[in-house]
Amino acid sequence: MRVLAAMSGGVDSAVAAALAVEAGHDVVGVHMALSRNRDQFRTGSRGCCSIEDAGDARRAADVLGIPYYVWDLSETFEETVVADFLSEYSAGRTPNPCVRCNEHIKFEALLDKATALGFDAVATGHYARIETAGDGTRELHRSPNDAKDQSYVLAVMGPERLERSLFPLGGFATKDEVRAEAERRGLSVSAKPDSYDICFVADGDTRGFLRSRLGEQPGQVRDTDGNVVGEHQGAYAYTVGQRKGLGLGRPAADGKARYVVDVDTGSNTVVVGPAELLSVDRIAGDKAVWLAPPTVDWTTCEVQIRAHGRAVPAQVRAAAASGADGGTDGLEVRLGESLRGVAAGQSVVVYRGTQVLGQATVTRAWRDAPAGAPVRA
Amino acid sequence: MTVTPAEAPGAYLDHAATTPMSSAALEAFVAEAGRTGNASSLHSAGRAARRTVEESRETVAAALGARPSEVIFTGGGTEADNLAVKGIFWGRRTQNPQRTRVLVSAVEHHAVLDPAFWLAGHAGAEITLLPVDGEGRVDLDALRAELAAHADEVALVSVMWANNEVGTVQPVRDVARIAHKHGVPVHTDAVQAVGQVEVDFAASGVDALTVTGHKLGGPVGVGALLARRDLPLEAVSHGGGQERGVRSGTLDVAAIRAFAVALREAVASREERAAVLSTLRDELVAGVRRVVPDAVLRGPDPAAGGPSDPPARLPANAHFTFPGAEGDSLLYLLDSAGVQASTGSACQAGVPQPSHVLLAMGVSETDARGALRFSLGATSTRDDVDRLLAALPVVADRARAAGLVAARPGGVA
Repeated sequence: MRVLAAMSGGVDSAVAAALAVEAGHDVVGVHMALSRNRDQFRTGSRGCCSIEDAGDARRAADVLGIPYYVWDLSETFEETVVADFLSEYSAGRTPNPCVRCNEHIKFEALLDKATALGFDAVATGHYARIETAGDGTRELHRSPNDAKDQSYVLAVMGPERLERSLFPLGGFATKDEVRAEAERRGLSVSAKPDSYDICFVADGDTRGFLRSRLGEQPGQVRDTDGNVVGEHQGAYAYTVGQRKGLGLGRPAADGKARYVVDVDTGSNTVVVGPAELLSVDRIAGDKAVWLAPPTVDWTTCEVQIRAHGRAVPAQVRAAAASGADGGTDGLEVRLGESLRGVAAGQSVVVYRGTQVLGQATVTRAWRDAPAGAPVRA
Repeated sequence: MTVTPAEAPGAYLDHAATTPMSSAALEAFVAEAGRTGNASSLHSAGRAARRTVEESRETVAAALGARPSEVIFTGGGTEADNLAVKGIFWGRRTQNPQRTRVLVSAVEHHAVLDPAFWLAGHAGAEITLLPVDGEGRVDLDALRAELAAHADEVALVSVMWANNEVGTVQPVRDVARIAHKHGVPVHTDAVQAVGQVEVDFAASGVDALTVTGHKLGGPVGVGALLARRDLPLEAVSHGGGQERGVRSGTLDVAAIRAFAVALREAVASREERAAVLSTLRDELVAGVRRVVPDAVLRGPDPAAGGPSDPPARLPANAHFTFPGAEGDSLLYLLDSAGVQASTGSACQAGVPQPSHVLLAMGVSETDARGALRFSLGATSTRDDVDRLLAALPVVADRARAAGLVAARPGGVA
């Protein structure tokens, strides 16, 4: 096969490319340039998008003896991932830019251009397994490496794109094994630290990034009775479930910790309240993508609402979307146990065991059990 | 001249990037590299090294119509360009602080443009980019107008002898004549021209000229700036005072010797080689037009207007834009078909940028992204051209398809 190896400059994608070469594929390395002004992205050992990282990727490609190119996807990245990040926060939701990057950049812009150029597949350094079922369909499964499993952020790609993807690190149970493989092949990135956080937020300061792009919008923090308990510089910078950085002047009357329970960017108000109000047992989503046949009737499976969260038992069914566009790509979830801090904009991913069945974007989460009041209307 | 064939298999059509060393140059290089002697030392080993350097200087001077004392060896073309632009600027401004303007053509190599803009950022220089026509030829009227308006403030004019991307040969003699009427010195970057078209330093009238080794069969990392003795030229690198005190550093005897050998050979065999390569190039141009009819030749059309002297275009250069395709897609697809070419323009951190040369010629940014340069050299054969022509139709189609993915809303930039 002709395989395009997406090479970030990190150890995972370098080893993934090496394994693709060793599997006998005709491999070309491509580094994606995602920022016009590349100094703005994280540099040094923690990033994936700096000029230094591009150099590391090139060096790895040279060691592997494969051609290497840099593709400028910065405009698409700004128009999709960054724009979505800003508009979602502006609307009081909590986006996952890594999901959007997989959706629009790696498994769309990159994969489609690769396909047009005659490549059969794109190989990445993601930790997830692709398995072929008895009928030949491909399934996405969790990595055996629990700590690194990235199936959550990959679920969005859909079945056609999964057909054209390779995850050579799928079988690795630990990162140390991957580092050892890198070292064995003389790849100098073997000891490079992992990247964390959001690549386009230069110093990890998401709130500062949002402020610089959306401007300061001073407003009030209120409790659930409507009393003003503090001020903020922009409701967009808050996330449902957030506890830290609220900057409230005085403690709650009952002395308990307060959490963000609602972000209303319409009135530019942040509402705080006790932890109990965060507890939900129902989730509705839209923009559902199914990697397995959609479950039309209530089906028992598990759902996960954060990249490194825990999967919880749930009943799930495909439904008409509850979102404004009123499509049919909705998802309804009855949680088998309560979850805290489910924010609109997050991805809800549906699993059965290790297999990813599908995913949707959370539009609403609430408490249906009689004991609690609705968290979000 | 005989050369060691390129090791990489396939058709190498990127001789303007670098071309194989000639056998004689390689032999000279190896022989000299085995000898010990610092050309600045006074003992016998030093004297032997010095003699080799001075003989090489005479060889270079003779091949380029210069006097030996006008030859300043450097570590290549970029260093020679930096020395010329910065050294003449500082030299002329020292004579008269009013002289802060630098006139350069809009299609110069970055080795000239970037030092000029560095001077603008760090030394108060004011840069004027002289416009070019649709074929990349500098506008002499614009030069006349600039000089008529500001001659007293102009430190230097720099216009390349021939363009590295589209191969346009510039009217350097006219540039020198016009500038000299106003008492302004002229530098020319002749890196692509030497060994391709006739280059005579004295006859051209220019005051400084850049040449490099590895574009004409010599080693990488050696070149020269030819500079008239009366040209105000400040040092850029300071130290032991070698090369008239303007380019300190222990002389690389082996590289200098090999450079001189290659240069002499390249100039002596120029006419014969140019005839062969321009014929092959014309076949390449006709072939590309035949197999990809919408490909657009950029730069002067060698098929138009009959022979001229000097030729309007470098004999070994062909350059096309392929509508709807991106240069790096074309490059990759050709490379995987065993054909090595170039987009001809610079990258920033590996990201191909639309060529400033094409943009200056009035080509749109979109069209400029689909550029490919093919450049021939001593090892080029009809087989290389055939291989390109066999691969190109599929390559162009596929690159265009990838370009369509890129062009759709939300697609690849």
